[in-house]
Amino acid sequence: MATRLKPVDIVIVGLGWTGGIFAKELSDSGLSVLVLERGNPRDTFPDFLAPNIHDEIRYAQRHELMQDASRDTLSFRNNASQTALPMRQLGSFLPGDGVGGAGVHWNGQTWRWLPWDHEPLTRTLARYGKKAIPAEMNLQDWGISYDELEPFYDKFERLCGISGKAGNLRGVKIKGGNIFEGTRQNDYPNPPLTQSYAGELFEKATEGLGYHAFPCPSANASQPYTNPDEVAFGQCNYCGFCERFGCWSNAKASPHFTLVPLLAAKPNVEIRTGARVLKVNLDEAGKRAKSVTYANARGVTFEQPAELVILAAYTLGNTHLMLLSGIGRPYDPQSGEGVVGRNYTYQINSGATVFLKKDTWLNPFMGAGALQMVIDDFNGDNFDHLREGFIGGGNIYCPSYGGRPFGFRPVPAGTPRWGTKWKREVVDHYHRTLFVNNQGSVMAYRHNYLDLDPNYRDPFGRPLLRMTFDFHPNEKRQADVLADVCVGIGRAIGAERVDRVGAPEKYSITPYQTTHNAGGAVLGTDPNTSAVNRYLQSWDVSNVFVAGASAFPQNSSKNPTGPVGALAFWAADAIKNRYLKNPGLLT
Amino acid sequence: MSRKAGLPRRDFLKAMGAAAGVAAALPPRAEADEAIKRDHGKQESDGQGHGAAQRVTPFQSPLFFNSVEADAVVALVDTLIPKDDVGPGGVEVGIPTFIDRAMAGAFGRGARMYLQGPFAEGTPEQGYQLSLTPAELYRLGIADLNNWCAKSYGGNHFHQLSPSNRRLVLEEIESGKVEFAQVPAGVFFQLLLQNTMEGYFGDPIHGGNRDKATWEMIGFPGVGDGYIETIETYRNKKYFTNPKSIQDLS
Ligand SMILES: Cc1cc2nc3c(=O)[nH]c(=O)nc-3n(C[C@H](O)[C@H](O)[C@H](O)COP(=O)(O)OP(=O)(O)OC[C@H]3O[C@@H](n4cnc5c(N)ncnc54)[C@H](O)[C@@H]3O)c2cc1C
Repeated sequence: MATRLKPVDIVIVGLGWTGGIFAKELSDSGLSVLVLERGNPRDTFPDFLAPNIHDEIRYAQRHELMQDASRDTLSFRNNASQTALPMRQLGSFLPGDGVGGAGVHWNGQTWRWLPWDHEPLTRTLARYGKKAIPAEMNLQDWGISYDELEPFYDKFERLCGISGKAGNLRGVKIKGGNIFEGTRQNDYPNPPLTQSYAGELFEKATEGLGYHAFPCPSANASQPYTNPDEVAFGQCNYCGFCERFGCWSNAKASPHFTLVPLLAAKPNVEIRTGARVLKVNLDEAGKRAKSVTYANARGVTFEQPAELVILAAYTLGNTHLMLLSGIGRPYDPQSGEGVVGRNYTYQINSGATVFLKKDTWLNPFMGAGALQMVIDDFNGDNFDHLREGFIGGGNIYCPSYGGRPFGFRPVPAGTPRWGTKWKREVVDHYHRTLFVNNQGSVMAYRHNYLDLDPNYRDPFGRPLLRMTFDFHPNEKRQADVLADVCVGIGRAIGAERVDRVGAPEKYSITPYQTTHNAGGAVLGTDPNTSAVNRYLQSWDVSNVFVAGASAFPQNSSKNPTGPVGALAFWAADAIKNRYLKNPGLLT
Repeated sequence: MSRKAGLPRRDFLKAMGAAAGVAAALPPRAEADEAIKRDHGKQESDGQGHGAAQRVTPFQSPLFFNSVEADAVVALVDTLIPKDDVGPGGVEVGIPTFIDRAMAGAFGRGARMYLQGPFAEGTPEQGYQLSLTPAELYRLGIADLNNWCAKSYGGNHFHQLSPSNRRLVLEEIESGKVEFAQVPAGVFFQLLLQNTMEGYFGDPIHGGNRDKATWEMIGFPGVGDGYIETIETYRNKKYFTNPKSIQDLS
C-alpha cells in the first residue's frame, strides 16, 4: 500500500517548460504547489559546464540528458495489422528526463505558428472546399485563434529572450522578417543572431528566386538579456554544442534557470525529484481526480492527494497517464469514437544536401541550435495548394547548428560508408557542404493513434504506451514537392552538386527525426473530437489539465515549443483568474 | 611475418598501449603465419605497408574483449578505417580501445535499453529487436564472423585474412550476402560501424581519436571554442586552430 501523504492544492506532473510555467503562474495564487519530476535535479553549475558538456559521445550519442528507455519507452508499429514491438533504445525522438525536461537539450527554434495552423479546417474549407480533404484525415481547428493566443506567445518570447526580427508588426510588413507571420504587437526582445556564411548564401539565393528569407526566431540569446522575471541570460557564443547538450553559458533558454530558481524561492512551492507518477487516482464516479500515485527513486510508492492535477509529462507521458488512469474515453480507431490517443501526429523531413565548390569555407562548427535562415513561402497555406494535391506545408531552412564530427559528415550519395574512398570524401566535403531542409507538417489520420500495449510492460508493471503511426500520401507528396524546392534553392546557391532527399517510404522508429510528437489529448470545442477543452481541461475530469503538444489537433511544420509555451500561459491564466474562483468545467 | 604485410609492429603496439616486450614474449602462431603466406600467394598487397594479417594481437589490457576477440576488433577497425594518404587509421587512433571501453561500460551492458521480452524479429521500421546487449552482440557476432571466415577461407579467422579479403568479407556482410549462425550479420555490422565512427570522431577522453588526429584531419577545432568573434569575419575564410579536447581544457 502506498503511503498517503499530506494533501496539497495543486500537483504538477513533470518539470519541463509546461510544468515550470504552470508552477510559476499558479504559485501566484498562494495555493500550495507540488511539482513531481521523475528525473534528477540539474543545473548549469555543476551539470552543464564546459569543457565536459562538449562531449559528443556522452550527450549526443549516449543520450545522457534524455529519457532512459530501460524505464520509459513505448511500443511501435506502422499499422494495426502488425504487432507493436518495444522501442528498445531511443532513436526517432529524444524526450527529456530530469529538471528542465527537454528544455535543457532542445535547439531553441521558437515559433509562433501561423494563424492558419490554428484553424486549418475552416480555412481549407473556405479556400478549397471539402474535396481537398482526404477521407481519413481528421482536420480540426484549435478552437483558439492566433489572435487570442498572441499575448501569450509574447509572454513566452519574453520569458525566453527570443532573438529575431518581426515580419508583421501590428499589420506593417517588414522585409527581412517573416512577412507571412500573424500580426504581432511587439517585436522580439532581442535582435537576430549573426548569420553564418551558409545562411547568407541561402538568403541571397532565395531572394533571387523571389522567396522571403528571414532568421529563425532563436532562444539562443544574441546578446546578454534580462527577462521580465529578472533572470539573466548569457550571450550565445556559437559554440555549436546546443541540440542534445545543456548550455554552459545560460544563453539557451531553459526552464532549469529561467523558472526553477523562481519556484525554489517561493514558500508555497515544492519540487520533488525522483518522483515518477504512475497514475492519477479518480473518485468512484470517475469524474474527479483525488490524488496521484508516484514511485520515488527507490521505487517506494506514495499517494499524494491534491485538489487540482496538471499533467505536464510531454505528449507521450500525458497520453499514457490519461489512458492508465481512465481520464477521458480511449480512442477506438475501428469506430472512430473516443478521444484519448486520437490524432497522434509527427513531422516529415526531406530536402537537399548541397555540395559547394572546392575552397568554400562554411566553417560548419560555428553554429547555434537556432541559427538558421528560413523561408515560409511554402508553409501553411502561404501558397496555392490546388495544383499541389496536398494540405499543409513545410518549414524550409538552412541550418548552422555546429559541425560536430560524428554527427556532421556529409558525403555525396553513393559514397561507401567506410574505407579510404569514404574518408577522402568526408575530408573533402566537411567545410563546403550545407543543407537545405524541409521539415513538413503532418496531419492527423484515423489510423494513426496511441493506446495501451497488450503485450509489453514497464518495470513498474504498467502497460507500455503503443504507437501506431505511418506517413500518408498527403504528407509524402508534400515532402516530395518541397524537396524539389530545396533542390532548386541548392542549385541557385551555385552548388557543384545537389543530392535530393525525397519523402521517406515509411515512418521508422530508428533514425532521429524530430522530438515534435503531437496529439493524443487534443484540444477543441467538441468533446467528441477532443480530449481537453480550449483551456487544456479534461472534458471528463474537470480538475485535470493537460499541458503540452499533446493538445495539438495536427502538427505544423514548425517546432512546437512556441505554441506549447503560449498555451501553458493561456491555460494557467484561465485557471488563475477563473477556475480557482469557481472550480468546474470552464466554458 | 613480413613487415610489409603487417601493420607496422611498433605502431601497432603503440596503438594498443602495449608495453614493449610483452608481445615478443608471446608464442609465435605458426598457423597464422601459414595463412599469411597462403594469402600472399594469391592476393595483391595493398602496398601501403599496413593492414594485412596480424599474428597475435597484443591488446595489453582489454576491459571486455578476450584476446581472440581483440584480434578481430583490431582487424575490423583496420579494415573499416585503414591508414592511408588521406589520414590516420582507426587502429592507430585507438578505436579498438574506444570500443573495448564502451563494451565494458554502461552502453555495452545495455543500461539504457529496454530488454524485456517477448522478443520478435519485427520490421526494419521497428528497429533493434534482439534480446542482446551491445556487448553480447559483439561477443556472438565476432564468434560468428570468425567461424564464417574459417569456413570460407580455409580455417582462418578474420584477422588472419589479407586486407583485400577482409574488405571483401565486410562488403559482403554489408550488402546482406552473409548469414551468421547466431546473430544477424547486418545488425552486428551496423553496431560495429557506428562504434568505429564514434571512436574515430569522438573526443579523445573516450579512448579513440588519439592526439585529436581525426579532428586535425578534417579541420574541426575541437571543443570549448566559441565563435562569436569569428562567425562573421570568417565567412568563406579558412579558420584553423590546433584542436582542443576536453582534457586539454580540464
Ligand atoms: C533534441 C531536441 C531538440 C529540440 N529542438 C526544439 C526547437 O528547436 N524548437 C522547439 O520548439 N522545440 C524543440 N524541441 C522540443 C522541445 O524540447 C519540447 O517541445 C519541449 O521541451 C516540451 O516541453 P514539455 O514541458 O511539454 O515536456 P518536457 O520538456 O519533455 O518535460 C516533461 C517532463 O516531465 C517529466 N515526466 C514525464 N513523465 C513523468 C511522470 N510520469 N512523472 C513525473 N515526471 C514525468 C519528464 O522527466 C520531463 O522532465 C526539441 C526537442 C529535442 C529533444
